[in-house]
Amino acid sequence: MRNRVIICEASEIIANGLAEVIDSMAQFDVVARIESPEHLNEKITASDANLAIINPLLLGYQNKEFVNQLGKEFPNLAIIALETSYLDHSILSPYSGVIEITDTRSKIISKMNEFSQSEATKKDDVELSKREVDVLVAVAKGMMNKEIADLMNISIHTVISHRKNITRKTGIKSVSGLTVYALLNNLIDESDLL
Amino acid sequence: MSKKKVHLFKETKLAELIAGDRKLLQLLPRFGIGLGFGDRSIEEVCRMNNVSADLFLILCEIYVDSSFKPDPDELKRIDMSGLLPYLRASHQYYLDERFPHLEEHLQRIIEACGPKYGPMLSHFYEEYKKEVMRHIKFYEEEVVFPYIEALLKGQRTDSYRIDEFEHNHTNIQDVLDDMMNILLKYLPGDILPKERIEISLDIMELSDDLNRHSVIEDHILIPYVESLENALP
Repeated sequence: MRNRVIICEASEIIANGLAEVIDSMAQFDVVARIESPEHLNEKITASDANLAIINPLLLGYQNKEFVNQLGKEFPNLAIIALETSYLDHSILSPYSGVIEITDTRSKIISKMNEFSQSEATKKDDVELSKREVDVLVAVAKGMMNKEIADLMNISIHTVISHRKNITRKTGIKSVSGLTVYALLNNLIDESDLL
Repeated sequence: MSKKKVHLFKETKLAELIAGDRKLLQLLPRFGIGLGFGDRSIEEVCRMNNVSADLFLILCEIYVDSSFKPDPDELKRIDMSGLLPYLRASHQYYLDERFPHLEEHLQRIIEACGPKYGPMLSHFYEEYKKEVMRHIKFYEEEVVFPYIEALLKGQRTDSYRIDEFEHNHTNIQDVLDDMMNILLKYLPGDILPKERIEISLDIMELSDDLNRHSVIEDHILIPYVESLENALP
């Protein structure tokens, strides 16, 4: 799975430099850059980021509260501090990692690798769960979200979240693509499609 | 995010522009610009071919950097008469060249798949092709473009407005990406691997191209048509 990174930093020079290093790594994409944390939550949702790199100086006194809140809202998000000048340990403690402005390219690369494997991001890996397989089979057979929800006795919201996970794990977005995937993996039969 | 950025000026030699980003080569035929341009500048070559250099450059910017969003005020100053012919030429290139090329490769893979996987792959592609044709040919070419041409002649039709425009390229790209994933990750490895690598490279290129094409439609065509609509009484 590719990592989707959002950078929240006011200096264009620093943000661009960091983005360049991260983009040079095959499994990372910088999906958004913003100068202030105001619309960070919406941006994370819109860009489906799983790693946020934030300069704590932008958060001021609300630093700790903001980071904790963000972690609650996005449990799969790794939140990393970008330390552009010396910061006290207590400021950095809510973050799951720190990138320092003096870090070399190779240091940043090895840290990014480490962050992407932290608990938050690897929570569930590529294997589809039993429930996800059930949803996949239903989607492949052409059922609508509402029908699937009724059949499995779950809410539409849960169906949608299963579908998101299926797409993230398989890399396949379209219904027709998922049907082929299900057939190739012998989850359904040609005769199921009639 | 873009890896590389060329800054584009009319005074730059066309050959240098292309050396900076070879993707731009594919724009030339769509603008009707022939080869043999020697060491002429972008401006000169555009003038010789009756192409607005401003329009040419702005489309080049989009190809160089897909996150580039043109400035709406600047767009208002640009001669857009070449836009529709450009989009038509792009469509023709996709429908008459890229998709048949893809299909030819895919056909060989489908045959090699045998009765177990062949028919479903073929069905997947046929459905996809129908969707592409529906959007590009039966919708854009037959509904949207004639509407714009009528606007240019000062005629207003009540049956359509550009704010109804279907942004359907996302779906066309999604299925294309799915096709690549199926070819690379999920079909059994021993079925024509070389052919599958080749076709995947073509798919990535086409997917990038379609991505730029929809940026052009969303950020240049739509504002342009809105201004035409507003200019009519």
